Amino acid sequence: MSSSPAHALHPKEHEAPKVAAEPPPAAAAVREPATVAIIARWYRLNKGRLRAALIGAVSLVAFLVVWHLLTKYRVVFFVRFTNVPSPLDVYNSSTKAMRDPKFLMHVLLSCRRIIFGFALASLIAVPLGLIMGRFKLIHEVVFPVSEVLRPIPAIAWVPMAIMLWPTNEQSIVFITFLGSFFPILVNTLHGMALVDPVLVRAARCLGARETSIFREVYFPASLPHIFTGLTVGMGVAWVSLIAAEMISGQYGIGYFTWEAYSLVQYADIALGMIAIGVLGLTSSLLIRSAGRLAMPWGRT
Amino acid sequence: MSVIEATAAAGRIEVKNFALSYETIDGSVAAVTDTQIYVKPGEFVSIVGPSGCGKSTLLNAVAGFLKPTAGMVTVDGEEVKSPSAERGMVFQQYSLFPWKTVRENVEFGLKMRGMDRSRRERAARTLLGLAGLEAFEKHYPDRLSGGMKQRVGIVRALATGPKVLLLDEPFGALDAQTRVIMQQILTNMWQRLKISVLFVTHDIDEAIFLSDRVYCMTARPGSIKAEIPIPLERPRQQSMMMSSEFLALRRGLMSLIREESLKAMGGEISDQGLQGLNINLHGQSLADVL
Ligand SMILES: Nc1ncnc2c1ncn2[C@@H]1O[C@H](COP(=O)(O)OP(=O)(O)OP(=O)(O)O)[C@@H](O)[C@H]1O
Ligand SMILES: [Mg+2]
Repeated sequence: MSSSPAHALHPKEHEAPKVAAEPPPAAAAVREPATVAIIARWYRLNKGRLRAALIGAVSLVAFLVVWHLLTKYRVVFFVRFTNVPSPLDVYNSSTKAMRDPKFLMHVLLSCRRIIFGFALASLIAVPLGLIMGRFKLIHEVVFPVSEVLRPIPAIAWVPMAIMLWPTNEQSIVFITFLGSFFPILVNTLHGMALVDPVLVRAARCLGARETSIFREVYFPASLPHIFTGLTVGMGVAWVSLIAAEMISGQYGIGYFTWEAYSLVQYADIALGMIAIGVLGLTSSLLIRSAGRLAMPWGRT
Repeated sequence: MSVIEATAAAGRIEVKNFALSYETIDGSVAAVTDTQIYVKPGEFVSIVGPSGCGKSTLLNAVAGFLKPTAGMVTVDGEEVKSPSAERGMVFQQYSLFPWKTVRENVEFGLKMRGMDRSRRERAARTLLGLAGLEAFEKHYPDRLSGGMKQRVGIVRALATGPKVLLLDEPFGALDAQTRVIMQQILTNMWQRLKISVLFVTHDIDEAIFLSDRVYCMTARPGSIKAEIPIPLERPRQQSMMMSSEFLALRRGLMSLIREESLKAMGGEISDQGLQGLNINLHGQSLADVL
């Protein structure tokens, strides 16, 4: 989808780069300049991105160097770096952890909780939001309750969750569920409210009935907002999960990080934090690519 | 081309003793009062009038989106109660479904009617071919120019074979050159399909060039101020717009509208002010022209 605007108006031309991408198998002499031209064009189209990647890499390296220096000289300047592990310490403990089944189990358990909690939240919040957006009565009944519960952070539910659910595992999944539920619901509602009324009218005078309008207009029109909700919801799900694991867990990457502090294994604290970051990033990338698959009409 | 069979004898629009008021906090606002119009089967009729006089209101009532406060709208003797695929509509704002390709947009009405996939695909291709859009069938609307979007909008409205086509300033957002081409395309399609057209515009040239008859509306609350037959012969060429016949019609309509526009603005702009700008629209009396 990164074609230049010049291609937009000429469908035949638009196909050109694809054809050129597979040079004719014959004539090796022809192949050379064609490949060069493709590389040159690719470079021109992606110059901006290359630049960003390069600068990004430099800045990451700089971050590691600063971290290294701060810990090497045990800088104390308001903030105390005395006990903070160095990047190398963290690297060493990560290679060890990769081979440690216990660490992998912590990671897998956290992932399982996220999947259950998040999937449950999406499966309930998206349809609920769509229905609330379409049927006034349901909106009027559900909205006040949701507005009262929404401002309560998922963490504040921990004691209540422990009372509500028989097992620790269930209450943690419940906390994760609560964290992602409201962002998804609110964004779905927002998407429904923003559906262009002209599109609804256009559908009606093309003979569409209520259910068709819902399926063909309201749902696809809300999809971009639904995916925004899913992305935000996933972020909050991780926040809630880690907090819940730190407070009441026995397993999970949040528990691992907290336990490392109790056991004075400082390198593992940073390792746990980095693992959480990587997991969060991966899950939001997954959602973004799902969004791209579900909405082929969007640019990006 | 079976989808677009001409329905020559059908498509008579009648609007009788029509009035429509909007309910607002400040009370009810009369948008249109005491209006009678008709469109004969296969006729091309335009409505012109100053901004805010109720043109869209009237058209939306014919489409079935608004209920008249008084009077009624009928198509072929049947009262219009809700929107239907029998009355195709093209909106001023681009109203293609962004999540559907050009062809899927055109197919939409046929899909709603329950036509099976392969048949409606074929029908959509034929129609897109007529409008010179076959190369774009797989494109999403955001990759089309404004003129192409409106062309697809017109094709989509015609795909179900409606008896009448309603257009609300469809070319308002287009540049002058594109506008002229679109007018030509619309004329061609209309002649081929022998469908009745009710066309709202604020562009006087456009109204004269396209129509068999033009209704001119008064300032709000809108009603019909004049009905002007356009006896120019068809097919019409662009060059006709320079003919004395065309210019005479144009002058007449212009002064009718201008009177109403002044009223709409509260009548505060005096002729003297305009004369200072060397504009003189009263050079010819209305009676001479009409
Ligand atoms: N929903 C509404 N509620 C109250 N008043 C409205 C509403 N819609 C339109 N009106 C008023 O009714 C009058 C007619 O509106 P309408 O949109 O039909 O005018 P129009 O002739 O189409 O104008 P334009 O040329 O600017 O499109 C306007 O003065 C407008 O302010
Ligand atoms: Mg209007």
